[in-house]
Amino acid sequence: MFALKQLYRGSSNLFKANKNTTQLFSLLAKYQQPMMIMNQNRWFSAFVNHRDTEDNREDTPFEFTPENYEQINEIIAKYPSNYKHSAVIPLLFVAQKQNANFLTLSAMNKIAKILDMAPMQVYEVASFYTMFNRTKVGKYHLQVCGTTPCMLRGARDVMQAIREYAHINNDEISEDGLFTISEVECLGACVNAPMMQVNNEWFYEDLTPENTIALLEKWKKGEEPNVGPQINRNCSEGPLGRTSLFKPEEIEGVHERDFVEVKKQYDEAKAKAAAAAAAAKK
Amino acid sequence: MLKLFYNAAKQRSLSQATTSASLIRNSQRMFRSSAQMNQQFNVYIDGRPVKVDASYTIFQACQEAGYHILSLISYIESRFLDSAIMKDYQLPATAECAQSKQKDLQNQQITQPLITLQLAACATNVRPDLKVITKSEKTRIARGGVMEFLLANHPLDCPICDQGGECDLQDISTVYGYQEGRFMEYKRAVEDKNIGPLIKTSMTRCIHCTRCVRFTEQIAGEFTLGQVGRGKYNEISTYIENMVTNELSGNVVDLCPVGALNNLPYSFQARPWELKSNYTVDVMDGLGSNIDVHIRGSDTLRILPRINEEVNEEWISDKSRHAFDGLRKQRLHIPLLRKPDGSFGELTWEEALNKAAEVLSSVKGDEIHGMIGQFNDVESMLAFKDLLNRLNCDNVDVRKNAPHFKADFRNQYLSNSRIIGIDETDLLLLVGCNPRLEAPVLNARIRKAVGVNGLQVGIIGSATNLGYDYVHLGNSPKTLQELAEGKHPYLQQRLAKAELPMILVSAQTLERSDGEGIMNYIYKLAENTKLINKKEKWNGINILHTEASRVGALDLGIVPQTNVTKKPKVVYILGQDNFRHEEIPEDAFVIYQGHTGDEGAYYADLILPGASYLEKSALFVNTDGRPQQSRGAQQPPGFAREDWMILRALSEQLGCPLPYDSLDEIRTRMAELAPHLVRFDVIEPSGFEELGLKAEESKLKLNNTALTDNIDNFYQTDSISRNSMIMARCTKELNPKKQFNFKEHVQTWMTH
Repeated sequence: MFALKQLYRGSSNLFKANKNTTQLFSLLAKYQQPMMIMNQNRWFSAFVNHRDTEDNREDTPFEFTPENYEQINEIIAKYPSNYKHSAVIPLLFVAQKQNANFLTLSAMNKIAKILDMAPMQVYEVASFYTMFNRTKVGKYHLQVCGTTPCMLRGARDVMQAIREYAHINNDEISEDGLFTISEVECLGACVNAPMMQVNNEWFYEDLTPENTIALLEKWKKGEEPNVGPQINRNCSEGPLGRTSLFKPEEIEGVHERDFVEVKKQYDEAKAKAAAAAAAAKK
Repeated sequence: MLKLFYNAAKQRSLSQATTSASLIRNSQRMFRSSAQMNQQFNVYIDGRPVKVDASYTIFQACQEAGYHILSLISYIESRFLDSAIMKDYQLPATAECAQSKQKDLQNQQITQPLITLQLAACATNVRPDLKVITKSEKTRIARGGVMEFLLANHPLDCPICDQGGECDLQDISTVYGYQEGRFMEYKRAVEDKNIGPLIKTSMTRCIHCTRCVRFTEQIAGEFTLGQVGRGKYNEISTYIENMVTNELSGNVVDLCPVGALNNLPYSFQARPWELKSNYTVDVMDGLGSNIDVHIRGSDTLRILPRINEEVNEEWISDKSRHAFDGLRKQRLHIPLLRKPDGSFGELTWEEALNKAAEVLSSVKGDEIHGMIGQFNDVESMLAFKDLLNRLNCDNVDVRKNAPHFKADFRNQYLSNSRIIGIDETDLLLLVGCNPRLEAPVLNARIRKAVGVNGLQVGIIGSATNLGYDYVHLGNSPKTLQELAEGKHPYLQQRLAKAELPMILVSAQTLERSDGEGIMNYIYKLAENTKLINKKEKWNGINILHTEASRVGALDLGIVPQTNVTKKPKVVYILGQDNFRHEEIPEDAFVIYQGHTGDEGAYYADLILPGASYLEKSALFVNTDGRPQQSRGAQQPPGFAREDWMILRALSEQLGCPLPYDSLDEIRTRMAELAPHLVRFDVIEPSGFEELGLKAEESKLKLNNTALTDNIDNFYQTDSISRNSMIMARCTKELNPKKQFNFKEHVQTWMTH
């Protein structure tokens, strides 16, 4: 899916570059077709239907861990018992996380069984959302944001650096099985653009081609780099550092509210008012 | 779908939660009365006032006004359940929402300007005093725009598409489309799917109306098809390799507005304008589905359903639709006589009739045995009965292995609450009956009732996948006995409380040795429940016949009047192919009159070639006693003749001519015996419940063996479907997917 999005993006680049439309279409034809065939992984994700692969068959074993079963019960409890299937998306995420970011067919079947749904209905949901990886991804799934703020701040250079470093195209797995790069839409960290999300979870921000490569190298060595901004910056502070809210009590005072105490006060006030009302009635 | 179940759940909880007796009665009676009326108000379609229900869409209001927006929705919209979510493409009508001036003055003292909106007619509800403009330049452009998007990815392969000439998209683009498209981009391509031997897919042509998905999910109850992917990569697919295995799958071809799903056996056979339509009646099950046979020259090319809300709604089963190709194989087209060496020699009709007459007159009347098969029309059975009676033979029977099947009163063998009774009943008990295999269209109706009315279904018999939820009460008739004797908790909890309960027992189950006992226990059950509800004029005892000829023959009274003990010397088989080996004595002379060389012809010494159901204009009576007229679409092949004519000619040779020479005359004779048979399409109500449906204590005997499925292989049950190549393919490809007792990868004669 990402791949085709990329293709589409590619075509819009072409559109910008070539004002002559006839040339554009012949270029498109040249550009689109060989890429589809050359790049096997991309070819796969282009098709929304399931294809049996060695690690993804109907009989590939899949079982949730006991901890995840607890989590699943918690999720299902949030919905009315006759609308159990509302829990399908959270459950798909649980399954994907457990299975190294790879949502297999057998996992979907398992979820269908748990939620009393037809397997087809689970496939429909899973194939609709691009966050579900129905083909295998690398150990680190690098989801680089390509939306406007990140793009303007150089997301494309970051992506190109990753591709060159790992020798992969979008949505492919590198040879060592470590990296897959996908282009995703805005993840809401525009202040620290450009950024990427790893494994649906960790944000790495303020990327440049250089510090991105440094990140990849650390992963390759088996180290865990720090999450957050990769330049000398604290959270999302501006270049001048902190310009307001200097006093700690200004910040912490708001957050350190004792809700137990507040509730107690509220209840007391309420009881008082009720007593007053009762007295007035008498 | 969700909404559908929600409504059902709501209805259920309503009847459970409310304590007020009147409310309970009302909620239960709701489905017998007409649909609830909402507020009614006027809308103006092109200035013409139309009074419509508040639940209507603008599209429906337009239809009410007689203005048809030619839209892809029109076909299915009125058929599907009310609560089904409509998602079809539509062509917008311009709607002008204006509050009347007077109202404004009262309310706000200001006059609001008129707002003109472009609305999707099928997706927008009507509002009071809505003014709809159906013809305007703005609307024309909007419709053209929708058309342009529909055609953006639709291939321009109409000349090689099977839907060409009967394609909704083609029609609409002709009327509403722009003259030429403006899209220069590549059209997308979608891979074809293999969803079975009956449906050919060309998924590039798909416009994603999801009718097929909604049909398989909502009507057929199978969740195989779905919409996968999103946006540009959206496909109708099975996601994994899977087939549409349900028995109504052929209907998705009719539903598909474009050529994405096509009739596979019919593909590349003909264009619709070459075909001649012929309205007739199906005989593949006891339902008597109304069909439209399309022929070209002497070839039957396809069979489509005809709408009859009281019989088949608008669906037919795959067997009804596709088994007719069996009529091209193994046909008997010339009279044949078995030679001493066992082979057959051809005869002329004169020789054949002489031979038959010679054989029949050489024995006494009580040494002749007449057997009647499942595809026979009422006319030929009448002539058969008259002829054999003239030879002093009384041993003519249509009941096959069920000699205890009572036929004194009509209500003893009919589906008394009729097919439409399923829409009214509040509890259905299936006894030894698998409607999915015995009458798939009926099963769809039950499924609809389960979803819409909250119908409760209980089953005594094998628990198979029927596509809806049911309560499995037990496997053997012993459960029925417990119910009838009041020992089973289900009786007090549900059955006794039901207002209009219904029992459906398969005619094939009654062929068991304890069939009589089963029937009597059902009569006994009626004593404790409201199965026979006189106040509501309701009779809930139903026998589901699977043979098209059975009810007609019983209406004519074709049952032996005396006990037959003598061993027959001549057996005259009228199209019977499903009999037991021991029914025909080794030394008997066997005359087979029928259209297909199957079991019966294998035993025959003399074969008289008859006409099949597509080749004769005759009468068939369906399981709820509805006489329906069929019309011959073509001539019988070779020297084959219509069956009653053969019998008439034979009577001449025997020296006892039957007193009718034409169809009118034989129907006059039919009216003498059973007047209701000539009132076509009218179900004669039958009374006498207190006489006919009474349990006899002496006959309450059961052998308590398990009730098994009567039909093992839905696709091959009779002489026609056993000879059908298409049904053989279905047996091979679909049965292993849905039944565990069919092994996959079995080499059959079909695999070359």
